[in-house]
Amino acid sequence: MNELIELLGFSFFRNALIASILTSVLAGIVGSYIVARRTVFISGGITHASFGGMGIAYFLGFPPFLGAAIFAILSAIGIEWSSNKAGLREDSSIAILWSLGMAIGILFVFLTPGYTPNLMGFLFGDILTVQVSDLIWLTAIALICIVLVQLFYQVILAVAFDGEFASVSKIPVQTISYISSIIVAISIVLSIKVMGIILVLSLFTIPAAAANLFAKDLKKMMYFSVIISLIGSISGLLIAYYFDLPSGATIIFTLTFIYVILRLRKLI
Amino acid sequence: MQPLIQLNNITASYDNNVVLSNINLEVFDSDFIGVIGPNGGGKTTLLKVILNLLKPASGKIIKHEHLKTGYLPQVNTIDKQFPITIKDVILSGNYATSRWWKKPDKELRKKVSELLEFIGLENSHNESIGELSGGQMQRVFLCRALISNPNLLILDEPNTYVDKSFEASLYNLLGELNKDMAILLVSHDVGTISSMVKTIACVNGGLHYHPSNKITNEILQSYNCPIELISHGHVPHRVLKHHNHE
Repeated sequence: MNELIELLGFSFFRNALIASILTSVLAGIVGSYIVARRTVFISGGITHASFGGMGIAYFLGFPPFLGAAIFAILSAIGIEWSSNKAGLREDSSIAILWSLGMAIGILFVFLTPGYTPNLMGFLFGDILTVQVSDLIWLTAIALICIVLVQLFYQVILAVAFDGEFASVSKIPVQTISYISSIIVAISIVLSIKVMGIILVLSLFTIPAAAANLFAKDLKKMMYFSVIISLIGSISGLLIAYYFDLPSGATIIFTLTFIYVILRLRKLI
Repeated sequence: MQPLIQLNNITASYDNNVVLSNINLEVFDSDFIGVIGPNGGGKTTLLKVILNLLKPASGKIIKHEHLKTGYLPQVNTIDKQFPITIKDVILSGNYATSRWWKKPDKELRKKVSELLEFIGLENSHNESIGELSGGQMQRVFLCRALISNPNLLILDEPNTYVDKSFEASLYNLLGELNKDMAILLVSHDVGTISSMVKTIACVNGGLHYHPSNKITNEILQSYNCPIELISHGHVPHRVLKHHNHE
């Protein structure tokens, strides 16, 4: 216990802890929305496409996460737009977007002269280097999500559940879908700092899938998955620190462990 | 009397594929119209046009200012594992009349309770829809269509995935509802439909309106509505007069 208090004295660890709490809240809310709507694969496409923006930003000397955010938002809008057009095979276009983004990213990182950025950090996350500015962004987007869900839960639910019926009911379905996919994209990009491009998707899916085993509606699913995500992230972070392991990986292990336990409990 | 909705020379197409051409239809206050026709004949497209989901390529739709539609889509278009409670499904129907940013009030929640009682699921407010049988789910979606007090109820194949015993009670229910609202019922099951509805619209690229509910095999075949006809034994048969094909 003393050791833990001592650990909290380090600003890097405090930041890491706050970051994992904030990403847990975000991943719980946004992840439940993604899982409920069965758009996990779309979110994967957006995540990986964002690496392209990161690479270009690096090459041009912009903040990499700004580039990632722009790419993520553009691909989210693109996917939303193309899914409204009939006759487009969504899964193949997402796969193309997915690998094209990665290809652009790797190409520009390669072309960047001199110092080669820490690729591992982008791919697998680097929670111990989280800055105060990252925390501010995470807080802002988490607050936006909480407020939107509180105010518009019924209508978000109606659109997510049955978009066609919702548009018959004169709900501005397209606008709501665009806004929500932009928020999903931003949430994912901001969580990349903590989890990395490759692992971030699991942070958004595992807790939601676990919560889905028990929750009867989307709101409860969000609450449960925030809690599951908090437990998994914080314990994963501590394990990573004590055993000197990469935090992204340990967090995925703790989350999967929780999922398996809950799954077994449901079976018995 | 002004019709609730009037379709004038509507042509509807997907890309360049014309599905409905030059159709006309009027729906009045106490109508109960059965929409029949083969698969791919344009039944669903007709509904989409009426529900504003598809913009017609040409033609005009005139809606009564008091038109309020309630819509029951085909259940197979719905994700049955979606985490949503029965109560919330029904509440989502209310946005047909209330503004979308409004939160449901007490009165509305009371109405949900009444509807659930009406369909015999009064203790299931907070159950998720995944736990319902096909027939129960159909009834819940019917409540979603009814909560906004529509004067035109549109049902798309309500008898698929429903057991025969429920089907009978569904049709009784629709008979009751027809006292307060017009009903447009799409079905492939001509046999059942003909005993329920007042008039029939046969959709197959075009639309032929029969101001009666009596249909026979001959009619169906001569107007390219190749559907099996189930006879109920004592149904009086009547041959309708010939259409004027353009």
